[in-house]
Amino acid sequence: MAKSITVDDLDIYYGDFLAVQGVSMTVKARSVTAFIGPSGCGKSTFLRSLNRMHEVIPGARVEGKVMVDGQSLYDSAVDPVAVRRQIGMVFQRPNPFPTMSIYENVLAGNRLNAKKMKKSEADDIVERSLKGANLWNEVKDRLGKPGMGLSGGQQQRLCIARAIAVEPQVLLMDEPCSALDPISTSAIEDLIHELKSDYTIVIVTHNMQQAARVSDETGFFNLKAAGQPGHLVEFNSTQKMFANPDNEATEAYISGRFG
Amino acid sequence: MSVVEAPVRPAPEAVSFTAAKLPRIAPVLVAVVAIAAAALPVLLLGWGLVAWVVLSALVFLVALPVWAAAVEGRRGATDRLMTGLVWTACAIAIVPLASLLWTVVERGLPAINTTFLTFSMYRTSLDQEVGIYHALIGTLLITLFAAVISVPIGVMAAIYLIEYGKGNRLARWITFLVDVMTGIPSIVAGLFAFALFILILGPSARLGFGGSVALSLLMIPIVVRSTEEMLRLVPDELREASYALGVPKWRTIVKVVLPTALGGIVTGVTLAVARVVGETAPLLLIAGLTTRTNFNVFSDRMTTLPVLIFTQNANPGVAETPGGTPPGIEIAWGGALVLIVIVMVLNLVARIIGRIFAPKTGH
Repeated sequence: MAKSITVDDLDIYYGDFLAVQGVSMTVKARSVTAFIGPSGCGKSTFLRSLNRMHEVIPGARVEGKVMVDGQSLYDSAVDPVAVRRQIGMVFQRPNPFPTMSIYENVLAGNRLNAKKMKKSEADDIVERSLKGANLWNEVKDRLGKPGMGLSGGQQQRLCIARAIAVEPQVLLMDEPCSALDPISTSAIEDLIHELKSDYTIVIVTHNMQQAARVSDETGFFNLKAAGQPGHLVEFNSTQKMFANPDNEATEAYISGRFG
Repeated sequence: MSVVEAPVRPAPEAVSFTAAKLPRIAPVLVAVVAIAAAALPVLLLGWGLVAWVVLSALVFLVALPVWAAAVEGRRGATDRLMTGLVWTACAIAIVPLASLLWTVVERGLPAINTTFLTFSMYRTSLDQEVGIYHALIGTLLITLFAAVISVPIGVMAAIYLIEYGKGNRLARWITFLVDVMTGIPSIVAGLFAFALFILILGPSARLGFGGSVALSLLMIPIVVRSTEEMLRLVPDELREASYALGVPKWRTIVKVVLPTALGGIVTGVTLAVARVVGETAPLLLIAGLTTRTNFNVFSDRMTTLPVLIFTQNANPGVAETPGGTPPGIEIAWGGALVLIVIVMVLNLVARIIGRIFAPKTGH
């Protein structure tokens, strides 16, 4: 049920400000693609444009093509809500719904869309999603407790469980570990490895080791100069990117000699 | 290249972290002394209780900082002085409130009994008992209908302003008009409702619903304002989390944003109700005055508690015993107490509801 994403010459704007320019790439199905690059170079912006979350911000728009499964996401006939149901997202800061219990949080995607389901069916989804997010053993005895009562790492895994409960084709992760300790980070990285067999995963990270550990392919974003739009410098297999990148800037960034 | 020598800082002198301090009971001690010292001129010159309290406070506010200045130094003295001033300001703010409550309870409580609460003012002979039942029902019904009109309009307007309008021209205009409406004098709202219903129903139109319309004019801006503030407090991350699950915008608002803000919205609505429940002028105009109990807000006059208090106070009647309290004054105090209790119960209910719906932290 995983899909690949083809991006062709995408320009992303905030109002009149061109934030990201001319990105073209193909994200392969059932693999992990990582985006690295300095702060403010448009990685997250680009990620958000892959499931039309970008346009939630007033004045934000894109030009260019994003194709999933032969359909252009930015066609006028495309319903952004339908896109987001297929392309889920996990955010930088864990954001469980504060009014809901752990159980309800996992089911939020189904319940909020008023999907009718039996109790046993709902229980199944909750158990499967929480197991998928490696959280089941920690919370199975307190599913009725508020999701906000969990630790930061558990909350983030709860958010991942919530995202995979609606069975999307693609999972976008925007620095999912930046607010977490090394143990929770490692739990989530393990999880990404497991999820890879079912989902197409795109992850933005500031941590180069993390990109090297979890991803199959890596894209390096950079600013052309201060005040200029961000662009994709190099897109290659992770192995090649970290061992022998084609671009000098990539090598400089990865080896820490940036600038 | 010469070697730059790091400037050597002289070894610091021994630092003491302890300082002279007044004993802990110092404020109490000074207070007792101040009260005693103030008693002297009060007794000698025959002043009253108020003068005694004011004089004690002044003596305290001078004596404690002076003592602190001698022992603790400048900072200690300033601290004592400011603490004293803050406490005094707090006391001054509370005194009129406490006094008001005490007076209303003291004068209103004797009037209250089951007859008072269950009889109307309608009577066929002068020796029949009267009560405020008609005004109680009037207040509850008119306020209920005012809330029924204002809450949906106010909450939806706030949703438009925060979720859809976000800084466009229409939203800015609405915000401006709501601000203007907040400042409308209640009598103007009353005149508006009066004019409206006279145009529709003819020159002798008097009905409780007109009062509800007037009150809702006063309520809507408060509801919009408080709901707006509460919706603004809902983090955008929750909205984005919901969008990312493929939830449409309206469902996100109904199922995520509103529940998260519900406690605050309910509190705001209740405070708005408490604000208008005591309105007199607009209701006097459009709801009129009657001695009978009227359950139908859509026809005929309806008395409310504030209007009853006003009219009873204006025409108190003749006391049974010469020099006693006229019956109208007693009824007015009793009505005032009932009104305060209603507002207090509303506030308590708002707090309880706010607590029930507040987002759970799980700790």
